[in-house]
Amino acid sequence: MKSKNRMKIEFDSNTNNIGFARVCVAAFLTQLNPTLEEVSDVKTAVSEAVTNAVIHGYDKEEGGQVEITSVLEDDMLTIRIADRGRGIEDVSKAMEPLFTTKAENEHSGMGFMFMQAFMDEVNVESNIGVGTIVTMKKRIGCEQI
Amino acid sequence: MDNLIIVKGTCMFVKLPQDLDCNNAAVIRSESDKIMERESIRTIIFDFEKTNFMDSTGIGVIMGRYKSIKLVGGSVSAINVNPSVEKLLTLSGIHKLIRINEVSGLKMPVK
Repeated sequence: MKSKNRMKIEFDSNTNNIGFARVCVAAFLTQLNPTLEEVSDVKTAVSEAVTNAVIHGYDKEEGGQVEITSVLEDDMLTIRIADRGRGIEDVSKAMEPLFTTKAENEHSGMGFMFMQAFMDEVNVESNIGVGTIVTMKKRIGCEQI
Repeated sequence: MDNLIIVKGTCMFVKLPQDLDCNNAAVIRSESDKIMERESIRTIIFDFEKTNFMDSTGIGVIMGRYKSIKLVGGSVSAINVNPSVEKLLTLSGIHKLIRINEVSGLKMPVK
């Protein structure tokens, strides 16, 4: 039998909420009985995507909202992180390792690289002036014996 | 940031917070740069003892300090690094530039 569970949160675009967002998703994920490593991987991926929304999507300006929807379907975790910020001009360029538009603030350009390393699938949809949606999937429990 | 950075001779100890993300990276960056401008630091030791979460922002912080200390021929070490933080240090490639967990049981000096 297929089991399905879904959650949705929305919060202000603020660096204070990045920690809240990753802990929320991690708490929701515990239902799948993940390993510590899986929890840590998911937290990092969420942190990267939400940081991108706050820092790049809204350029740290107040008033923006970030929405996270997460679905657990059997052992599959899906996380959708959406902002209505400025959007990414060239998604494939943005996803290149070490590419950053904010080198002066010491952003490492490794955000998307970490998302891809820690999740099974990362998909980015972005439109200038409309916003960005990052959808990530990870199968939980496949590393367990 | 009180007592989070301690200088002993040419060595600067930076005690990192529980979560090292974009929310607190700026203060660590500015506090440590202030000290590096004032004192002649040759070694930076990042203590991850309390840190159980880090993302790419943390990599940026370490990388930035590494670049400045490299200019004066200094070095960077990371101590008390847990497996999840170590995974990020390895993935980023920064493990080739800094020493990780080479000293075990090292405690922060008292101010």
